[in-house]
Amino acid sequence: MLISPRKLRELGIVGMNQRNGEYIMPCNPRRLFPLVDDKLATKRLAEAAGIAVPQLYGVIRTERQVRELGAMLKGREDFVIKPAHGSGGAGIVVVTDRRPGGFRRSNGRIVTREALEHHVSNILSGMHSLGGAPDQALIEQRVRFAPVFEKLTYGGVPDIRSIVFRGVPVMAMVRLPTQQSDGKANLHQGAVGAGIALASGRTLSGVWRERLVHHHPDTGMEIAGLAIPGWDRLMVLAARCQELVGLDYLGVDVVLDAERGPLVLELNARPGLSIQLANRKGLAHRLDRIKALAAIPDQAEERAALAMRLFADGAEECETTAVWRGWWRRSA
Amino acid sequence: MALRDPSVRVLALLLLVTGIGMAWYKSQMLGLPLLPTEQARVWTVEARVKFEAEGGPAKLDLAIPAEQLAGHRRLGEDFISSNYGLATEQRGDNRLARWAVRRARGEQVLYYRLQMTPRAEVADTQWEPPAYPAVPDYPEPYGSAVTALLETVRGESADIASFTRALLRRFGAEQPDDHVRLLRENAPGSAESVRRLIWVLAGARIPARIVWLLPMEDGMRQGSLQPWLQVHEGQRWLSYDPVSGAPGLPGNALVWRVGDGPLVTTSGGSPAQVEFSAALGERDVVELAQRDNAGLAKYSLYGLPVNTQNAYRILLAVPIGALLVVLLRNVVGVKTFGTFMPVLIALAFRETRLLWGITLFIMIVAIGLLLRRYLEHLKLLLVPRLAAVLTLVILIMVGISLLSHQLGLDRALSVALFPMVILAMTVERMSLVWEEHGARDAFQQGFGSLLVAVLGYLVMNQALVQHLVFVFPELLLVVLAATLLLGRYTGYRLSELWRFRSAAAARELS
Repeated sequence: MLISPRKLRELGIVGMNQRNGEYIMPCNPRRLFPLVDDKLATKRLAEAAGIAVPQLYGVIRTERQVRELGAMLKGREDFVIKPAHGSGGAGIVVVTDRRPGGFRRSNGRIVTREALEHHVSNILSGMHSLGGAPDQALIEQRVRFAPVFEKLTYGGVPDIRSIVFRGVPVMAMVRLPTQQSDGKANLHQGAVGAGIALASGRTLSGVWRERLVHHHPDTGMEIAGLAIPGWDRLMVLAARCQELVGLDYLGVDVVLDAERGPLVLELNARPGLSIQLANRKGLAHRLDRIKALAAIPDQAEERAALAMRLFADGAEECETTAVWRGWWRRSA
Repeated sequence: MALRDPSVRVLALLLLVTGIGMAWYKSQMLGLPLLPTEQARVWTVEARVKFEAEGGPAKLDLAIPAEQLAGHRRLGEDFISSNYGLATEQRGDNRLARWAVRRARGEQVLYYRLQMTPRAEVADTQWEPPAYPAVPDYPEPYGSAVTALLETVRGESADIASFTRALLRRFGAEQPDDHVRLLRENAPGSAESVRRLIWVLAGARIPARIVWLLPMEDGMRQGSLQPWLQVHEGQRWLSYDPVSGAPGLPGNALVWRVGDGPLVTTSGGSPAQVEFSAALGERDVVELAQRDNAGLAKYSLYGLPVNTQNAYRILLAVPIGALLVVLLRNVVGVKTFGTFMPVLIALAFRETRLLWGITLFIMIVAIGLLLRRYLEHLKLLLVPRLAAVLTLVILIMVGISLLSHQLGLDRALSVALFPMVILAMTVERMSLVWEEHGARDAFQQGFGSLLVAVLGYLVMNQALVQHLVFVFPELLLVVLAATLLLGRYTGYRLSELWRFRSAAAARELS
């Protein structure tokens, strides 16, 4: 069953061609792409601006340095290896703890140090980078996500993706890993995406494999109605990221660390479109509203407030079930 | 939803008008054909000459077909003879290829290859009519036999043509009379019997000669020349089957040489052996007409050397394939491995044909994927692993060629035409997608690539499309215009109507 183009346009759904032609190309100057495509550069920029990011343990730049991986990991119980130029979650290995004979990955598999070294050298040779260019491998802190998402996650770290247009957050979703997504928070790989009402920071029900779901496929818990703690601050954080890299159409990925609070995981110059499904709302109308604004405030706080005001129409809110409300109060 | 900026549309319109305008002018004013004409049968005939050289200087003369002789139009010829010097010359009615080398030892193999198309009418009136032969001094008992035979035949005929037919009928009769039995001694159809006929015809002062035909069959490997009889009737040479007496040349025969001279002579080596092979192909009649139509040669690519033409035949189809890729990716939303990989696969399909192309592609990629899985365990670095996959792909291709040759599936031999680097990259990318995104995505993109390749083949291999871009290359400006316009298409992709199908339902729910 297909949907008619007219209906899609009515709903304000932005398609791939429109995203590329009308938003990414005019809003995101090519020369700024390296700032977000290189996660190391993004991390440095964020740190300089005082934005919290996962702690960097080390960078492996050359094949020779691969041998130093063991030394770099000394005393680290858990960590993440990721390519500096990876996209769509490719090439990311999450290690949760050490085991005799190796490391345990977040998906439960035990890997040897040699396998990790091979993975790092694959990253260096550009296997996971855009266009296959030689790359660097980052070793960084594993995020221990805040317990708020515990019952909605299977074997991975959920993250919050916001689309920020001209510095104003326009849409957000939380991406919940599933068994099928192998712990990855990537909708394309089978994670659940749940929209977030921008004004309240409460989740709406989700999409999984392009279908509507009300419950997490692995944990069976209801998705809608979860209030994300510190939502105001998260919105400000997302708005600030625009200043960081200067891209006017930006995807911001944030994780909630149990101890350190929200950390910016990565920025994306070509954020995907599934967020519209997760929110059951097209981006176009919201983007148009921002476009129509005479002026956009300089302060990130004001921009976040603007977003919460502009996109707070009641229709977007999903009624929170009493059960969820109760559960949330207890766990918060 | 196109952008407001009008410059793309203006540019596209300009290109469109220029392209169509030039093509219109060429077709209307210069008379270049808009439609491809039918295909003509083109024979490729090869003579393989083999001899043992003694170590010193070696020379070899091979009689080769002269175009004026009969029955064909030469489209091209090659002399394949590594280090030999080559000259061709006309000697009488025959052409000679003269090869020479300073030093040669051991087995020498030389090739003469001719591409030609049969031509029905024989216009060799420009040749001087031969002198009437003198009546030979027939020894007895032949003299009286010839006289008696000619007397009978003369009574049954009105002119040279009917005379010859009558003579041949008697000569080839099942129950010949005594005169004929005496005269024909040798087996009918042999060169010797043709020589006898010429000798007898001289008694009536009719000019006659022996010609050597190569009967051609598609796929023929070891053909040989057959003697044929020609008589001159004052205007032109008439041909006759020396056995049946039927007039004319047989279908699919090439007059290789005339007269009793040797086919091949060698010096500095053993006597040479000649083997003939032939194969039938097809080519545009337009191409054959290029010599006749000056406009065609001047204003289309037909003026270029043939091998350059062949390169452009392929190159000019590529933008069409690229436009198709743009359409399928940006308007339909098909996912493929690599942007233009399917176009290159489609080009390979031109040679392999569709069914074999698909079979071979799937075979190579499937085997490649299996072997690539194994390579995964060896933990190779990226570039060496790519090189290993490339080597494996080539080995798979060799394996398929050898196996299919054993099985007699000659079409599968064309596997060698696949772009192996592209195939290696496809195998590598497919296995990466498999690993990272699962088998579903890998197969989806693999199938997408194959689908685009097949569609690309179907479009690029259209005779009309090929003809149009070749005769009117300016039509590529129109393709460019379409590409520019599609470059500004920001509407939905067909696949997105499926992807976002739940958007409407979801809204009502919430």
